[in-house]
Amino acid sequence: MADLDPPFGLLAELTYACPLQCAYCSNPLNLDDYRDELSTSEWQRVLTEARELGVLQLHLSGGEPLQRHDLVDIVRTAAGLGCYTNLITSALGLSPRRAEQLREAGLDHVQISVQADDASLSDRIAVTPSFERKLAAARLVKELGWPLTLNVVLHRGNLDRIARIVDLAERLAADRVELANTQYYGWALLNRDALLPSREQVERAEAVAREARERLRGRMDVVYVLPDYHERYPKPCMGGWGRRQLTVAPNGDVLPCPTAHALPLPRANVREHSLAWVWEESPLFQRFRGTGWMPDPCRGCARRDVDFGGCRCQAFLLTGDAARTDPVCHLSPDHDLVTAAVHTAGERPAAGDRLVPRPHPHREHAKR
Amino acid sequence: MPSTSPTRTDDAGRPRLAAHVRLTFDPARQRHVLLAPETVTVLNGTGAAVLGLCDGTRTVAEIVACLRDRYDTVAADEVRAFLGRLVAKRCVEVGDG
Repeated sequence: MADLDPPFGLLAELTYACPLQCAYCSNPLNLDDYRDELSTSEWQRVLTEARELGVLQLHLSGGEPLQRHDLVDIVRTAAGLGCYTNLITSALGLSPRRAEQLREAGLDHVQISVQADDASLSDRIAVTPSFERKLAAARLVKELGWPLTLNVVLHRGNLDRIARIVDLAERLAADRVELANTQYYGWALLNRDALLPSREQVERAEAVAREARERLRGRMDVVYVLPDYHERYPKPCMGGWGRRQLTVAPNGDVLPCPTAHALPLPRANVREHSLAWVWEESPLFQRFRGTGWMPDPCRGCARRDVDFGGCRCQAFLLTGDAARTDPVCHLSPDHDLVTAAVHTAGERPAAGDRLVPRPHPHREHAKR
Repeated sequence: MPSTSPTRTDDAGRPRLAAHVRLTFDPARQRHVLLAPETVTVLNGTGAAVLGLCDGTRTVAEIVACLRDRYDTVAADEVRAFLGRLVAKRCVEVGDG
């Protein structure tokens, strides 16, 4: 395997417990199957193996990572190993005391989600009163000298407010703002028809994002994640299957991306295997690596090394076959599945959408 | 606020790494890397040497002079362009000193 590079990033999903109930959540539908969470020492072993394997960026996420009482210990271990550590959080639970402990433990960067630019809409999308606490936490992050990213997931209920969302990021002196159109996995796929924006909404929002990126260049990074249902070509999902990133789920399952649990592939778990074996040898990580697995039209496509055939999970969720071309691609034989969904969204009335909130999972206490 | 002009990588500027980025050696790749929010830049030997000299006291001209002690050929305009790209990404800040 001479051409296999080490992974750059590890997404550590520490727990699926979360105080918010956003309907666009990409966590699995079977949340209760992840109750047997890795212990502190198991995570510390995983991080040590990850660093030896070449992981440089550690993304601490979930669920809500602050729900883990051992988060400070996990950060301290990762920082000691030389990883650049990112906390991806709702900010609920980021008290001044907890923040100072995390700062002292070596946390490098904080990403805080908001659901909109104002309290009533943000709290309605989160199904939880949370907006004011998020703003207070964002200010705290800046006061403690961290770089701050504001994360906003976009959908038909907030896409028209994108300019005001950018204003909020500026007022908070964020260093980065991630404006990420919803990706349709997990709870988001269940709620797709109510979340999917119209083409007109998408075009207006893209113009605003483009203008903001130019205007704020050198001051704040404006990252706009495209709405792939509205694009001609698929996203280069994870930079290629098993190529740059890996995910460890709360129960120790190792995945090429956070939504690959849905695929009918053999599992690989850190309780049974080393991370190096999973990355280098496991059938799961080998399955869609490179271009040899590709069907037509990907096989002969000039873009096969650009977008890697798109997203395997999306292919599976929409067609039942993970080895097909991502239906988002206009060259896919299944593209009508996507155009029909976009068309339906355009016809829907703007108000009155019923969203299924992501529930709070039941949870056992993590073992030490 | 210290006096900084964020785009100045001419000879008199005194570059330093921004507070939130980290220059480190990665044994797995046998390369120096620059770590920042959501980005990893894998450096070649010269790039690592340039950034290792960016301590906020040396000027760009002094950095180039230091490099000439170590390497046979050092193109000053390439050093300036390299630093300029990192300034644009806000990984490097330049003080007037």
